[in-house]
Amino acid sequence: MAGNTEPLSPRSKLAVTAGKAAAAVSRAAGKGSGSVIGGKVALRLDPDLLARLAGHLDVVLVSATNGKTTTTRLIAEALRASGPVVSNALGANMPAGITSALAGGSEARYGVIEVDEKYLAAVARDVTPKAIALLNLSRDQLDRAAETRMLAERWREGLSGNKALIVANADDPLVVWAASSSPNVLWVAAGQEWKDDAWSCPSCGGVLQRPGEDWLCAECGFRRPVPGWALSGEHVLDPHGAAWPIRLQLPGRANRANATTAAAVAAAFGVHPQTALERMWEVTAVAGRYDTVQFGGRDLRLLLAKNPAGWLETFSLIDPPPTPVVLSVNARGADGTDTSWLWDVDYTRLTGHPLYVIGDRKLDLAVRLEVADQSFRVCEHIDEAVAAAPPGRIEVIANYTAFQDLRRRVGN
Amino acid sequence: MNDDSLRLVWVYPDLLSTYGDQGNALVVERRARQRGYDVTRVDVRSDQPVPASADIYLIGGGEDRPQRLAAERLRRDGGLNRAAANGAIIFSVCAGYQILGHEFINDLDRQEPGLGLLDVTSGRGQAGRCVGDVLADIDPQLGLPQLTGFENHQGVTHLGPTAKPLARVRFGHGNGTGDGTEGAWNGNVFGTYMHGPVLARNPQIADLLIRLALESAGLAPVDDRWYEALRNERIAAASAAH
Repeated sequence: MAGNTEPLSPRSKLAVTAGKAAAAVSRAAGKGSGSVIGGKVALRLDPDLLARLAGHLDVVLVSATNGKTTTTRLIAEALRASGPVVSNALGANMPAGITSALAGGSEARYGVIEVDEKYLAAVARDVTPKAIALLNLSRDQLDRAAETRMLAERWREGLSGNKALIVANADDPLVVWAASSSPNVLWVAAGQEWKDDAWSCPSCGGVLQRPGEDWLCAECGFRRPVPGWALSGEHVLDPHGAAWPIRLQLPGRANRANATTAAAVAAAFGVHPQTALERMWEVTAVAGRYDTVQFGGRDLRLLLAKNPAGWLETFSLIDPPPTPVVLSVNARGADGTDTSWLWDVDYTRLTGHPLYVIGDRKLDLAVRLEVADQSFRVCEHIDEAVAAAPPGRIEVIANYTAFQDLRRRVGN
Repeated sequence: MNDDSLRLVWVYPDLLSTYGDQGNALVVERRARQRGYDVTRVDVRSDQPVPASADIYLIGGGEDRPQRLAAERLRRDGGLNRAAANGAIIFSVCAGYQILGHEFINDLDRQEPGLGLLDVTSGRGQAGRCVGDVLADIDPQLGLPQLTGFENHQGVTHLGPTAKPLARVRFGHGNGTGDGTEGAWNGNVFGTYMHGPVLARNPQIADLLIRLALESAGLAPVDDRWYEALRNERIAAASAAH
């Protein structure tokens, strides 16, 4: 499916060059990778640049509330079995960042692109993707993001009639609602531990029934589709019923779910599940996430969890008690400034772990843990928490900017 | 109620639990248990009847369509109105607060009847959403310290003659009417726009609900160290932001 290799127009070339120059200036000024500013400059000069850059690629889009960066990496790694890949691997997932990433991949055959949930419909229209992977939708940054159900509705409107193969999670009713208006859907039973954004039927508003792993609306008949692919324990089940072992360096059920979706996407491009899954072993820390680092003479595993669904999945992958756990929460712009979501997380799951609380909003966490009847210690910073923690690897769970603070401090 | 037991109902968590509203139920439950009371908490889903015989009812915030569905189902069910007629304590937040009033504007931009348990009427503001930390002085009649919370709504709620403002804002928008009022109360029925969740930020309100349910003048003190630390931090933050 290698696309045409029609060269870019002089205008597009100029836009790419100007974008790279702007990015270089931004880097020189110490303002990060410059990919976003570079993309913005380039798009200003050539508004159709994203479509043009994608024109010669087989494009896969990946969107979700959680897991999109990791899944993008897994798909990219799997597709490399079949040809060169360009990807926005650093998580710059809005149009400017995507443009910047694609501008750096003129030799690639595949473009594997993580897309912010709010931009999915627009990007899907611009780049004519061959496949779109939809993992999950749940509450996130409620002070500034659209309502979760409205997001599903926008996906549905934006994707209806899109000819791409939609690879969608059958276990998330909001994702099923978003995908089911499309003509070409491959359902994956990837699971979804968090259920509190989908108790009412996305179609009619009835109360969803959830017998076992199934879900259905008794009022309108909207129900879980029959999946072609499934995550089953440590294996991926393909549509023929064959089981392929998952071997990942990344921990947890959620990452096995991401690998399952990635294997389904890769198979659509002719990559055998065994090949795809073996290649995924190569994916280790994604932007510092899941990385184990040495700090203060101790091993710290850094875990990013941005919202209730993410915290729930993270609790299920940490080492058992008495492993010490550090929790860090901020509420800056990129995190969402409302901390109410802490009360959607079941902190009784941490019973038995020595707990240390840091971050801008450590007092919100302190009250939350007090009400959950947990013992904990409030610390000023990670150094104090690490010094106080009993022996053993320390699990550190942080939300978005708290995670960035942490990486800066522990030198990761 | 029995002498040492408290029946707590969380109304429609499947529809109205978008802003950590479970926290309000957890705080009431925890603080009653810490005083040695036996608490039965029932989470009533919107396809189940609301029992009329409980002591305290909590109803939370939600998105626009779930709010309409909740109002439709509560009107049809009638349990919450029967509970109010029995003198139950009802504490409502944001979308739930609007539902307790006479009417509000629903997701279809139509007037949706509420339950008429509070003499308030809600519409949608023309300005943008009210988002941010709020600091307000609670009605002196209730004898409570300052109200701290986080607001995130576009609602405008007008109070009728039998509803009293729950508080007057120092910082923030509250009812969005421009007159500085925030929330409403009358007898045992309370409404507020505050998230946080509000009872985690204001445990004294949780204690008020428990006292009203127990018809008790006072409660044994509990360790409020972390609540107080959080309150002080948020009050300072709200002041600094304005």
